[in-house]
Amino acid sequence: MELAKFLIMRSELSLLAVVLILLVVEIFSAKSKQGAVVNLATGLFLLHTILGFVPVATGQLFGGMYQHTLLTGLMKSVLNIGVLILIMQSSGWLKQPANKGRVSEFFLLILSTLMGMYFMLSAGDFLMLYLGLELATIPLAALVAYNLKEMKSMEAGAKFILLAALSSGIMLFGISLIYGSSGSVYYAEVVGTMEMNPMQIMAMVFFLSGLGFKISLVPFHFWTADVYEGAPTNVAAYLSVISKGASTFVLLTLLFTVFKTMFDAWEVLLYAMAVLTITLGNLFALRQQNMQRFLAFSSIAQAGFLLLGIISGTHYGMTTVIYFVLVYVFSNLGAFGVAAIVYNASGKINIEDYRGFYQTNPRLSLVMLLSLFSLAGIPPVAGFFGKFFLFAAAAEQGYYWLVIIALLNTIISLYYYLRVVKAMFLDRSEEPIGLIKSDVLTRVAIAVSVAGIVAAGVFSQVFDWIHLYGWGM
Amino acid sequence: MIEGIGVFDILVVSTAMFFIGIYGFLVRKNLITILMSVELVLNAVNINFVVFNKYLYPDLLQGYMFSLFAIGIAAAEAAVAIAIILNVYRQMKGIDVEHVDTMKY
Repeated sequence: MELAKFLIMRSELSLLAVVLILLVVEIFSAKSKQGAVVNLATGLFLLHTILGFVPVATGQLFGGMYQHTLLTGLMKSVLNIGVLILIMQSSGWLKQPANKGRVSEFFLLILSTLMGMYFMLSAGDFLMLYLGLELATIPLAALVAYNLKEMKSMEAGAKFILLAALSSGIMLFGISLIYGSSGSVYYAEVVGTMEMNPMQIMAMVFFLSGLGFKISLVPFHFWTADVYEGAPTNVAAYLSVISKGASTFVLLTLLFTVFKTMFDAWEVLLYAMAVLTITLGNLFALRQQNMQRFLAFSSIAQAGFLLLGIISGTHYGMTTVIYFVLVYVFSNLGAFGVAAIVYNASGKINIEDYRGFYQTNPRLSLVMLLSLFSLAGIPPVAGFFGKFFLFAAAAEQGYYWLVIIALLNTIISLYYYLRVVKAMFLDRSEEPIGLIKSDVLTRVAIAVSVAGIVAAGVFSQVFDWIHLYGWGM
Repeated sequence: MIEGIGVFDILVVSTAMFFIGIYGFLVRKNLITILMSVELVLNAVNINFVVFNKYLYPDLLQGYMFSLFAIGIAAAEAAVAIAIILNVYRQMKGIDVEHVDTMKY
């Protein structure tokens, strides 16, 4: 194989270069230079993100284990944008004295998980998918348990790693059944042998439950709230946006390719999971007081909406799912970003603490307002179009009841999103959160997410551009 | 191939192991034992891969390769899990699941 052929996996190679540079810097830099490491990592990752938009040849490597298509390139770029915003948001938190000497660790772990997600997306067989999934999960457990002194962080880490291991075990059992019935683990060879025999349906169910854990669909969502609450706020944001987005993309491509002949079987499953996920996520979000827990249940409900696009099985459905993830990246990172700034500056995390937030921090509360409106799907911002297109994709295929249930749930979700808005704007408080000054990188990150929330809704070119790369079942 | 034992018999064993692992995961109280139950699940999968490879597709290697990778990754997972459990022990002086229930509902 020629050396130039390796350039097909350019995004992995450049990410690996970033990780290695940071590793060398970790060895030779003084522990007190936290700011310098953060700036260097952000700069390097910005370069990597820009490089990701330069097109490369598509093709396969390692006998079909790794494949690069325009679609995987696009998905990786969506993830890159999210991670870039996220590491800029984390800068204020990482520069705190408590994180002295552990800053590059954060970047190494987070970029390794991103690498795992790249391999998941580009996998051409189940072995590569499994390796990518584990590379995306194991460092994340270490990140969840990042605050070594905090019991909550430890508890979240323990819950996450044990449940992640179990769910990947269940998924592997599904893969082993697929291997047993088809004699291969390569997607291209498995597709031809997939039929509706009981063994393969069981394999598909096991496989779906493994991925459902990562996306936190309802029967497999129990870890979500605890882990999001216990993890550092920025890591919770990463879990809810990047990790979930990548797994959704994988679910989408696998259901559309490998399992496409079993549509009748997974349609029923996805239908049930969508209804349950949206409803239960919303109902539990209603009663939350902790901001991180509240956002966790809201992200469960959002994952349910994504299933509407997947179940349609069309080219349009695929486009809307990718578009919704892009919008969701901006809006959820906006909301989590403000929550992280508030928590790191004042240690306050409950919704009640946000009373009178508008009086002291008008700009931050406006960002929160926009993000929550986008999550709820209120018209002028991008979240509305994301939800609208998802509903349209499902309705186009005749899933009217599903769309009606989802619509009713959108109304319920308005209540709890507006509860936060009411606390911020209407309620008065004796001791509101004081004026918060955040550093430049964090402000840029927040500005980028706001720009994204507005721009992704206003410029329809974004949708058309995504539509170019997608395909239907 | 083992004389007199068919693929079905071994699959019964591995499936039993899989569900024993899941049962252990649900009922055990000690975090280390929960981790052991997960390992049982992963090993059931390894048996499956090897058996399918040996009995059904003897001239291919994919199943063996997959089980090798699965063993390696299970070790990595156990390393991180035990590190976290150790830290739980340092703070709570115990690794029962009752020690990690501060967050609920």
